[in-house]
Amino acid sequence: MKSKITKGKDNLITYGIVLISYVIAQILISAGQMSYLLQGLLVPICVSVILAVSLNLTVGILGELSLGHAGFMCLGAYFGAIFTHCMKDIITFSPLRFFLALLIGAVVAGFFGFLIGMPVLRLRGDYLAIVTLAFGEIIKNVANALYLGIDRNGLHISLKDSLSLNLEEDGTVIIKGAQGIISTPRDANFTIGVILILITLFIIMNLVKSRDGRAIMAIRDNRIAAESIGINITKYKLMAFSLSAALAGIAGVLYSHNISSLVATTNTFGYNMSILILVYVVLGGIGNIRGSIIAAAILTLLPEVLRFLDEQRMLIYAIVLIAMMLFRWSPQIIAWREQHSLKNLLQKFKKTTSKKEVR
Amino acid sequence: MKKLKKLIALTLVATLSMTVIAGCASDSSADATFKIGGIGPITGGNAAYGLGVQYGAQIAVDEINAAGGINGVEISFNMQDDEADPEKAVNAYNTLKDWGMNILMGTVTSGSCVAVAALTMEENMFQLTPSSSSVNVIENNDNVFQVCFTDPNQGIGSAQYIGESGILASDGAAVDKVAVIYDSSDVYSSGIYEKFAQEAANYSTFDIVATESFTEDNKSDFSVQLQIAKDAGADLIYLPIYYEEASLILIQAANMDYSPIFFGCDGLDGILSVENFDTSLAEGVVLLTPFAADAQDENTQAFVEEYQKRHNEIPNQFAADAYDAIYIIKAAIEKSGATADMSTSELCDALKIAMTEVSVDGLTGTEMTWEATGEVDKAPKAMKIVDGVYQLIQ
Repeated sequence: MKSKITKGKDNLITYGIVLISYVIAQILISAGQMSYLLQGLLVPICVSVILAVSLNLTVGILGELSLGHAGFMCLGAYFGAIFTHCMKDIITFSPLRFFLALLIGAVVAGFFGFLIGMPVLRLRGDYLAIVTLAFGEIIKNVANALYLGIDRNGLHISLKDSLSLNLEEDGTVIIKGAQGIISTPRDANFTIGVILILITLFIIMNLVKSRDGRAIMAIRDNRIAAESIGINITKYKLMAFSLSAALAGIAGVLYSHNISSLVATTNTFGYNMSILILVYVVLGGIGNIRGSIIAAAILTLLPEVLRFLDEQRMLIYAIVLIAMMLFRWSPQIIAWREQHSLKNLLQKFKKTTSKKEVR
Repeated sequence: MKKLKKLIALTLVATLSMTVIAGCASDSSADATFKIGGIGPITGGNAAYGLGVQYGAQIAVDEINAAGGINGVEISFNMQDDEADPEKAVNAYNTLKDWGMNILMGTVTSGSCVAVAALTMEENMFQLTPSSSSVNVIENNDNVFQVCFTDPNQGIGSAQYIGESGILASDGAAVDKVAVIYDSSDVYSSGIYEKFAQEAANYSTFDIVATESFTEDNKSDFSVQLQIAKDAGADLIYLPIYYEEASLILIQAANMDYSPIFFGCDGLDGILSVENFDTSLAEGVVLLTPFAADAQDENTQAFVEEYQKRHNEIPNQFAADAYDAIYIIKAAIEKSGATADMSTSELCDALKIAMTEVSVDGLTGTEMTWEATGEVDKAPKAMKIVDGVYQLIQ
């Protein structure tokens, strides 16, 4: 009973951190006290946070390693942007259009997560890591090779070049192969980003607390024991994995509607990005949702905040990563942290003051 | 465990507030200078371009300031790194805005430039890109101008040059079979290739016998593409790619005893400065680029000498583009009579009109003029590498 109450309180703190950060940011913006750099980083931070939290569902709560999270993000980004381009003239009310784009991005990414998970999640061992790694690269390369245009006859697709689309006079090319999708309307903003973070948190935290979530964690902790009490392993694994993919798709849609030049490179949707998201999760704490949020925010901000160091910032960034890793996981430091924690200090302080009072 | 979280939260708050303070500090310095910002890859795989632009522009800025500035007003220049990544370029742009930038001289690479141009368009900030050659950059953006040729123009120019000039292959006969190797994952490369293929269809003097592509992920082994070109009997290989991959292609072609003519665009510029590359392999490479470091005119020689003195290397075309860009901005400001106390948007409106009226003689072309669309009008030059230096083909 007691643990349930603290859990609820714990969740409230997480929502609170997000909301308070949002309010502080809004106050600073309206007071004109926030630099343009930071204002420009607000939406990318939201994207990173959603990605980190959603990957934590796969890595921390389901206990499977996924190395292709950026692939799902890419699917969301491309499908969301394609939808927006097709509907630009039909739905002119941008929040509605963006909402539909988000839905489409989430559904497509979730569907692909389901497709990949179907065969792979039935296996034991690290197969999911291998398959998702390949999947991420495939998605990125297909996106780079794809040409897609629209005219009054509908959509045209080609893998060769934009000339072989054979568009009518009034047609427009939406995806220009490696040149990606350009001038997507910038429908995303910080408020929508924060709402999406809250929705993501709501979904994942409630899942963890629910019967399904307990089943998922039981599989993580002991697969054989979970199987023996009749939990349908594949079903629950699929549920967590597709949900994680769908949320990554949402992050992708948010990303693609914030930048007018959407290209699939290694740094945006490739292996590097997948590893970066994994770094957020590992440094924030595997299975620790709030840690993921904080780590994602810090690590997105850091390279930009260090800009004044010029070339040295790459070096500093690496050192910070190593320091965070040691701080988070080194046994000696964990022991030191427990000794010198605020709670301990407070208790010591209380003890000394109460002793004084007694005297 | 909980304490740690609190500690991290505190650190986050501290970082945030530090940034805010840093932002404020830079906002307050509103001196009466023209603040020109630059964005380009200073680190990473494309650093040669960004550094060239940074160094070239700095030389021009120092020269102008030493000569008393623009209409007596000094200019300051600030270059920010984007690692050739659109997202980083947006961050660099915002950093420059915090610094108080009035005019943007950038960005260097095309993908970044498209992302930033959308923002300058919204903001109505004057933007002159030294080297971003994609059409997407100037399309629908009336505030953006280019110093370099657009990609389609480079492709068309190359096809015309190969079709009309009658380059002689190594066996002495005129070139009639052409192979293309391009990077399908790169905006610049695929943009040029598309127009080249389109234009080549109009020429009966040569045929494209092989079209091979590679991507960002497999750009270290080109033996398959070269073998196909060799089997097809190509006596000229067209390389609308960047110099790093091109240097590998040259090495691998030499290893398989295949010596066609190599023909490239401005991305090939810089091939002579690749580390550990035997520059004798680049003998005879032809490239269309607007700038040659060994040109005999006084301005080029003065620029090259100054550049060598500062950085101990021969400037590439990007450095020259940036050097010109600063002087073009100067010419446009002088023409429009703009002053440093104008707002960014007013400055942009004034410069937009002035750009269509000026004619600038620079290192990368004489009598350069601009259309209102932002496209430059200047004559292309073909260079050939002879004895390790670029030589103008007359």
